[in-house]
Amino acid sequence: MTEPQTRHITLRVNGQAREITTPVRKTLADALRTDLGLTGTHLGCETGLCGACTILVDGRAMRACLMLAVQAEGHAITTIEGLAPSPSELHPLQQAFCRHHALQCGFCTPGLLTTLVEFLHDVPNPSEAEIREAISGNLCRCTGYDTIVAATLEAAAMLRPQP
Amino acid sequence: MNALPPAKGQVIGHSVTRLEDGPLVRGQGRFAADVNFPRQIFMRVVRAQIAHGHLIAINTEAARALPGVIAVWTHADVASIPPIPFRATRLQGLEPYCQPILAAGRVRYAGEPVAVVFAENPYLAEDAADLVLAEIEELPVLLDARLPPAEFAPGTSTEPAIVRKQFGDVDAAFATAFDVVALDLSVGRHSGVPLECRGAIARYDAAHDVLELHGTAKKQHWNRDEIARLLGLRPHGVHLFEGHVGGGFGVRGELYPEDLLVCLAALRLGRPVKWIEDRREHMVATNHSREQHHSLRAAIDAQGRLLAIDAVFHHDQGAYVRTHGARVADLTAAMLPGPYRLHAYRVAGHFRLTNKTPAATYRAPGRFESTFVRERLMDAIAARIGVDPIELRRRNLLASADMPHARQLDALGTDVVLDSGDYAGLLDKSLARFGWDALQAELRARRAAGELVGAGIGFFVEKSGLGPSDGVRISVDRTGAVELVSGAASVGQGVETVLAQICAETLTVDYRAIRVVRGRTDRIEFGNGAHASRVTVMSGSATHLAALEIRAMALATAAPLLQAQPDELTLARGHVVRIAAPETDLMSLAEVAAHMGPGSPLMIGRTPGLTAERWFYSDHMTYPYGVHLAVVRIDRGTGEIRVERYLVANDIGRAVNPMLVEGQIAGGVAQGLGGALFEEFRYDEAGQPLSTTFADYLIPTLAEMPALDVLVAEDAPSPLNPLGVKGAGEGGINGVGAAIASAVDDALRKPGAITTLPILPRQVHAMLPR
Amino acid sequence: MKPPDFTYHAPETLEQALSLLASLDNARLLAGGQSLMPMLTMRFAFPDHVIDLNRVAGLAGITQTGDTLRIGAMTRQRDLLDHPFVQQKIPLLAQALALIGHRQTRNRGTIGGSLCHLDPAAELVSVMTALGATIEIAGPNGPRDVAMADFPLGYMTPSLAPDELVTAVHLPVPPPGHGASFLEFSRRHGDFAIVSAAVMLTRHSSGHLADAVITLGGVGPVPLRLAKAEALLAGQTPTPDLFTQAACLAREIDAMEDAQIPAWYRRRLAESLTRRALTAAHQSLPGAA
Repeated sequence: MTEPQTRHITLRVNGQAREITTPVRKTLADALRTDLGLTGTHLGCETGLCGACTILVDGRAMRACLMLAVQAEGHAITTIEGLAPSPSELHPLQQAFCRHHALQCGFCTPGLLTTLVEFLHDVPNPSEAEIREAISGNLCRCTGYDTIVAATLEAAAMLRPQP
Repeated sequence: MNALPPAKGQVIGHSVTRLEDGPLVRGQGRFAADVNFPRQIFMRVVRAQIAHGHLIAINTEAARALPGVIAVWTHADVASIPPIPFRATRLQGLEPYCQPILAAGRVRYAGEPVAVVFAENPYLAEDAADLVLAEIEELPVLLDARLPPAEFAPGTSTEPAIVRKQFGDVDAAFATAFDVVALDLSVGRHSGVPLECRGAIARYDAAHDVLELHGTAKKQHWNRDEIARLLGLRPHGVHLFEGHVGGGFGVRGELYPEDLLVCLAALRLGRPVKWIEDRREHMVATNHSREQHHSLRAAIDAQGRLLAIDAVFHHDQGAYVRTHGARVADLTAAMLPGPYRLHAYRVAGHFRLTNKTPAATYRAPGRFESTFVRERLMDAIAARIGVDPIELRRRNLLASADMPHARQLDALGTDVVLDSGDYAGLLDKSLARFGWDALQAELRARRAAGELVGAGIGFFVEKSGLGPSDGVRISVDRTGAVELVSGAASVGQGVETVLAQICAETLTVDYRAIRVVRGRTDRIEFGNGAHASRVTVMSGSATHLAALEIRAMALATAAPLLQAQPDELTLARGHVVRIAAPETDLMSLAEVAAHMGPGSPLMIGRTPGLTAERWFYSDHMTYPYGVHLAVVRIDRGTGEIRVERYLVANDIGRAVNPMLVEGQIAGGVAQGLGGALFEEFRYDEAGQPLSTTFADYLIPTLAEMPALDVLVAEDAPSPLNPLGVKGAGEGGINGVGAAIASAVDDALRKPGAITTLPILPRQVHAMLPR
Repeated sequence: MKPPDFTYHAPETLEQALSLLASLDNARLLAGGQSLMPMLTMRFAFPDHVIDLNRVAGLAGITQTGDTLRIGAMTRQRDLLDHPFVQQKIPLLAQALALIGHRQTRNRGTIGGSLCHLDPAAELVSVMTALGATIEIAGPNGPRDVAMADFPLGYMTPSLAPDELVTAVHLPVPPPGHGASFLEFSRRHGDFAIVSAAVMLTRHSSGHLADAVITLGGVGPVPLRLAKAEALLAGQTPTPDLFTQAACLAREIDAMEDAQIPAWYRRRLAESLTRRALTAAHQSLPGAA
């Protein structure tokens, strides 16, 4: 077997320029977790079926397990670690999740939050039905989901420009 | 026993936000896969691709030759390690059925570990594992527990045990019965399937002569003791650590072959060893559950009152007996009578092995199954004698005056004594809250308009608070910081918050300032972990007792300094105050703790420190109970079942944090709907698993959830613990199969139509009139 | 569940991509990766070379020329769904796109990728058949076009030579005032459909149906046109009975069978979905009650 092929890539992660050298077969999720130490991106299935590893690529929610790290070259990535504005503050979605008990074990939570960041950007005033559709690709095994919907409605209200 | 604190205190009884959430919403959790150590290597398990066969040879040469591969082991390399033991069963003779950590001569299920590969990274480890070739001579597979037992090994059969329980004169009851109702019912194979797969990371710390295992859950102390015993180490030299756990549900934190393999490898290979289960492995390696086939008969009188139940069931255990022994079969047999008055009962649970993934507990083990079976029986009796199913249940429910009610049965080695309850009262409340009578009229109107709609009920009795003991140590340091060390574990349910609330109530401090330590064997000598809805009952009670002791110590220490008697003092806002002048802070807990240091003159002749450790013991379990109500609509064109509305009413004695209780129940309902309508581990006729991804094993998404209402009742506090609490972890799932089956029957207008879970659209479609 | 080793190529022009495709053995094209990546992590696919199309210039984008819409193969499903022209003029496509997977997969998944993967239950495969799309293919001998109806050669087998790739899809814009409905049945929201039905109806000014297109996905290895029913409907006055009659013809189709879904159930689903899609398409006609 020949030596595995690697590539040097540059990308922006949570607003910072980063460089890594990665085997070409490494998934973006694994590279974020192991090369960049961003373990908040969780792997629940590695086949794109659970949503736990959802990140934002150039602002769009995508499964990090279904991208190769080399494909992130030149792109801007936002992971769960990049959501809170500061170590002492939380993003409105994060606040609302805490207030509404929208997480239990917390394993699926990063993928839900990243998905919802994009969704609320696109749909600032969503109906409950739209929220249900938006996160139907995120499995949660603990909460039964209702509190997530409630938290999202509240966060949407917080994020909307006040009249 | 100390008097109950008020039902709603300053902190207890309030829906406060969780201590756990901050790091989790920031992505700073530390789940198993997030644990890393310098120089770590990665383990990959080679699993049998055949469900049953003789292991002739395993060729590991190509794998060993791959650059970056450190070692490859087969059974020969680990033959000195005994198989995985069990911890909970009264049945004798199960030892021959325990699982070896790597298959020994024979493979018994597709997915059984046959070899392990250790390599420099997970990609290489998987490459190498693909190169390991196991030569297996196939044997006939046994895939149905109802078939006659076969040979497990020479001299042992695939039926290790029959769980038998009995009270009353069953034969006499049947001989004099007005009528007999008989049913055959099945519950499908499904399980907890948490979003986080398992993981195990072991390292040997030579400097301290300690073997550490990380990524653990649920049952650290027992696992520590067993790992030490199986590897020939002293228990003090082995420590287990729990980080964040991505869901437990019964399956996580049991002792599995992989846990021992990483420990052994860390010792032998001299480097930290990391194993992270992938999803496809999880579906064939981590405990399955639930699969049972029941045949039961009920003897009834003319009013439909139960005289006797005679039940036989076949429990499909899979290929080996794991840590739970026959616990699920035992619980099924013990809990089947549920909330009803029953004069005679006989059950024979055939505990049988098959060539599938081994089974064990999943949230409400033995109760999801037995509630489905019993409530199907109650619906069948109602149909037989032509009374309303609700009225039939009323006729049979035990009354408050019957409490405590000794069942003349044992479960988990304790006598079943239903401790408290107002079953009929909760039924009335539930029906009123759901609007049952108005609903019936609405359903009639919708049926008249051509819709297939129906409502159903499942009444359940849970068990919780399994003893025998749990301890908590609380310390307050000289800065006033409170630390609570418990032998409990957390699988994501909010243990830290609940224990902090109980502690804060007595110490009058901010619960958010309390640090809760759990899941670590290096911080407390004993512990019983988190399972069987026991933490709030057992560790919560121990916390309450320890906090009372801290309070007493603080008041006793402060009294001479304040020229007061201890009984003139109390705590408020984390300070010692006079009862007579409670608004004036006299001395903070920090100051009290400072006076209790080892150099303090007050401590001469006493053990220093504002620290107290208290233990809570319990011989009996507490028995929460509740009602599930469901409305379903069947799509005539597809057979699809939509659950429109759902209610769970659950009496848990006392709710320490109602928001968290509701969360437990809602999550349980979602999982219950999975087992009732979607989730199933299927196999083909050769024993090949067919449900190995989330595309085949269908976990409900948000889109499948009904409008859910939760009624947390506190009518019947448990007399068995100082808080009056009962466990809340399992009531949400317990009755779902029963209620959905009942509602689908009603929608089909065919009593008894549903006999099997999960209920599939094509089966329902086939039952529709054409 | 880690991908096996391969060599990675990221061409930037179509010529480079075609030249790599022509020169490399056992190469796979990587578009949105929503199908290939799981096949790699599950080690169902072992390519020696992966040719990533994501940096190839000019493969993505939607352009309207007259009564045709050209959709670049690397156009993300989400971008097509959001396109105002699709939302306003091609409701069948908009409905089908909204049912593909989930938000996160539509953001990455491409039109060409889904069509070339050619899962018989895929929404895009069925809807492009119903819309009479043309597939634009590039190869060493230049471009060629294939009608979508002729694109599937069999189960998950596109009419593509190993050295060819799909560059675009051309859609004839359906006539204004048509009715459309795309319906599917899946166990859970977002799952691959077990069966889908795509219906388009046009109507004469007299009220009679002019033309009907009914395409069923998931019933066979390739999308199936319910031609008998289409013929039955043409020229008729639309009534519930007529739609029931037409849908009944789905009972005669040759449906696939697998361990989970027997053929009879697929046929029943096809019948129910056809009836409902006909009804919904009719209701979506302008001025319908």
